[in-house]
Amino acid sequence: MRYLPLTDTDRQEMLSVIGAETIDDLFIDVPAEARLSGTIAGLPDHASELAVERHMGALARKNLSAGEAPFFLGAGAYKHHVPASVDHLIQRGEFLTAYTPYQPEIAQGTLQVLFEFQTQVARLLGVDVANASMYDGSTACWEAIGMARRITKRGKALLSSGLHPHYVSVANTMAKFTGDALVHQAPTLDAATDIDALIASIDKDTSCVVVQYPDILGRIADLTPLAEAAHAAGALLVAVVTEPVALGAIKAPGHMGADIVVGEGQSIGVGLQFGGPYLGLFGCKQKYVRQMPGRLCGETVDAAGKRGFVLTLSTREQHIRREKATSNICTNSGLCALAFSIHMTLLGEKGLRELATLNHGLAVQAADRLAKVPGVTLLNDGFFNEFTLVLTKDARDVVRNLADKGVLAGVSLGRLFPDAPEIGNGLVVAVTETVTAEDIETLAAALEEELA
Amino acid sequence: MTMLKEGRPTTPQAVAQEHMTPETATGNRALMLEEKLIFEIGSCHTTGVDFAPAPKVASRLGSLARTDSIGLPGLSEQGTVRHYTRLSRQNYAIDLGLFPLGSCTMKHNPRLNEKVARMPGFADIHPLQPQSTVQGALAVIHELAAWLVTLTGMHSVAMSPKAGAHGELCGLLAIRAALEARGDARSVILVPESAHGTNPATAAFCGYKVEDIPATPDGRVDLEALKARLGPDVAAVMITNPNTCGLFERDMKTISDAVHAAGAFVYCDGANFNAIVGRVRPGDLGVDAMHINLHKTFSTPHGGGGPGSGPVVLSEALTPFAPLPFVEKQGDKFVLVEEETAEDHHAQTFGRMVAFHGQMGMFTRALTYILSHGADGLRQVASDAVLNANYILRSLDDVLDAPFGGAGPCMHEALFSDKGLAEGFTTLDIAKGLIDEGFHPMTMYFPLVVHGAMLVEPTETESKAALDQFIMALRSLAERAKAGDEALKGAPYHAPRRRLDETLAARKPVLTWSEPDLAVAAE
Repeated sequence: MRYLPLTDTDRQEMLSVIGAETIDDLFIDVPAEARLSGTIAGLPDHASELAVERHMGALARKNLSAGEAPFFLGAGAYKHHVPASVDHLIQRGEFLTAYTPYQPEIAQGTLQVLFEFQTQVARLLGVDVANASMYDGSTACWEAIGMARRITKRGKALLSSGLHPHYVSVANTMAKFTGDALVHQAPTLDAATDIDALIASIDKDTSCVVVQYPDILGRIADLTPLAEAAHAAGALLVAVVTEPVALGAIKAPGHMGADIVVGEGQSIGVGLQFGGPYLGLFGCKQKYVRQMPGRLCGETVDAAGKRGFVLTLSTREQHIRREKATSNICTNSGLCALAFSIHMTLLGEKGLRELATLNHGLAVQAADRLAKVPGVTLLNDGFFNEFTLVLTKDARDVVRNLADKGVLAGVSLGRLFPDAPEIGNGLVVAVTETVTAEDIETLAAALEEELA
Repeated sequence: MTMLKEGRPTTPQAVAQEHMTPETATGNRALMLEEKLIFEIGSCHTTGVDFAPAPKVASRLGSLARTDSIGLPGLSEQGTVRHYTRLSRQNYAIDLGLFPLGSCTMKHNPRLNEKVARMPGFADIHPLQPQSTVQGALAVIHELAAWLVTLTGMHSVAMSPKAGAHGELCGLLAIRAALEARGDARSVILVPESAHGTNPATAAFCGYKVEDIPATPDGRVDLEALKARLGPDVAAVMITNPNTCGLFERDMKTISDAVHAAGAFVYCDGANFNAIVGRVRPGDLGVDAMHINLHKTFSTPHGGGGPGSGPVVLSEALTPFAPLPFVEKQGDKFVLVEEETAEDHHAQTFGRMVAFHGQMGMFTRALTYILSHGADGLRQVASDAVLNANYILRSLDDVLDAPFGGAGPCMHEALFSDKGLAEGFTTLDIAKGLIDEGFHPMTMYFPLVVHGAMLVEPTETESKAALDQFIMALRSLAERAKAGDEALKGAPYHAPRRRLDETLAARKPVLTWSEPDLAVAAE
């Protein structure tokens, strides 16, 4: 019980100040039949630091970490190298153990970081404003659909077939309760995206079109015609970016007419972490800022005239508007936003462009090499650092068999779309700066053996 | 205890004199360092990283290549380390001292948790890796889930919600799915006045009509008003217990029985579970669903506002509707049950709440903390949290109004109000004065049912010496505010910034940085 500083002498002195005999006297409001005496059966007592570290270490070693194997998984979470100074800085106690900046006079560190983060994200996504982060990309995507409903007063959202299926699942879960109609189909193994089909489906009830860029198969397309068609019908374009490094190489969705751009920020500074905590990015056009969910930091001055920062526009939030709030979100991903912002500052525009160029170049090399494996077809004409291979057998089996050989080959479309067996031979492969030429050869050889 | 009765006198003259120290050329002073924005000190041509040269290959980006300037300044590694280190020094944090934010639960963050979460086997695994390669991670989720179910006396737990408010959504989604499964469409959620603000927002977000239930004069749910409102249109009651007045809802079991008899469900906001862990099991009180803020009860860093983690424990009636994915033990293997692997017996799941499996990085920290404390330590956590809060309540109730001080012991947080301060002095002045005393202020103006509320939560990780210092500071401020010390209205004087103009920020929002000559206030 090394984290509890009170001694038994302290406890006795404090009880006497309170005027109670025992600690149990402080729990008199708990109904007697619900009060537990002694410790709960079936649970062990406290353990030393060494014992706990040993136990957790043993569990950690049962996992094959990404750095231990040739690694090609993406599909919404990406392995990038994070400079050592990022983790060092976020572990400074003044960042790590601060709370929400409710008292701005003694939280300028966090607030200035959030203001810088908002600016970095807005510029990266190509939008006017961005908030101070959401839970992750999938929940940010759902919030964007809700925001489009509030703005357009319409309740039908068209979801591109290239949208991450788990993002679609999250939206479907929430739509059961809000009554939104969501239109979505699984992708086909086709090099072209479904932009034309989406344009044809827009009607007067459409609140928004949600399109992922690059999409779940790694495909990229100009979003401008889609934005124009949506706007002509009074609908909004929501763009979803799950690999923000891509925006160091390809046009920003906001510059192609997207009204709301959301994203998963994990790629920059955060790390894989088996799926969380991650970092939802959320930006939009200036005119919609009061409908934007989540926390915002704004610039102001203090009583002495110095520049300072505060949380602002909180009139949209749950603690003021209760049931009329723009969303129920209470927390954000502050520490992940800090990591993102530090990593982005280390990169700068020069570094981000170099990183993006390196990712793309290695991905092109890998795609061309893997396409030469007998039984493999490269689906994509255009891509950033992720592409789809069509195999001659179910990719789920291939992924599992290669994992047994110590190669983490990618994400099978069968795992992502279990209800669409016709695309089960698709394998989504991501290539980042962490992949070496040897890794690519190892994967190619393993695939060749597996498909022979 | 005479020491606690002595405040530190701060005369207006002394305060003014200290404040008149002239500015330096840089704005820096000794260890108080000003720091400009990265946009003012960085450059788009500067970077703090080196990359291998990219392969010389033909681009596959087509016409989509980004050619415009993005506008992202960079700093060298040294410049980056210095920028963020200097900024960090503008922050108060629990590592610096007592952080008594009521209902936020700021406790010590053990560093073993951080070390474990960074083990490559946890930090560097992908959420879609084949299950055979992540058996240790699935074991962590399964082991943590078992602790949560046992400690709460519930039937199952949904691990994926990303934060407390997200857990509320999860609980209501399960309740709605259960009602629909029995063909029972209900439209109303009852929320007591003392509930967290997220509760009504969540209920409304799920398409429910929200109705308030009043509080009694002693700060608890009005049982008779609640019973009178129950009916066939009520889907659930959302209760915070211990509630935001810092009190245990004595009638919880009676409330649960009445709610169940009316065919509705009980949602409990478990944000304050650290006050009762190891001493009460919510399952014994008839709760159907309750989120647990892992970051509060089981200590993970708050990081300036997040991330959180909000697993939801469920009763047997709600278990079939739990969200995907979840972890099951099948033989000696752990299985992640998701869309691909869900068999028929999971057909009633309400679906998925997040892209992946929830906050794994928080799970490892929470499990590490739980194993460190064990069953005996967790019981002591609740005991000490409640002891510390009552010590503060009784050490200050002669000088500050304690609206429910006569209603019995408080739980983990002590509630005061601004009643009795001199004319024109408010909770805000006490809070800002605490900053100059070297403490983070308590929660202000919450809960809403108390005018000028001050909610103080010391937590179990504060020593008696730290509490005594805090009590002395708050006592001094209360005395100054009662005496009408005008200097207090200008506080803080010694923080990195004086009081900030929040009205200006909201009226003319400046949410991103732009070049000074182009700067235009937003909207």
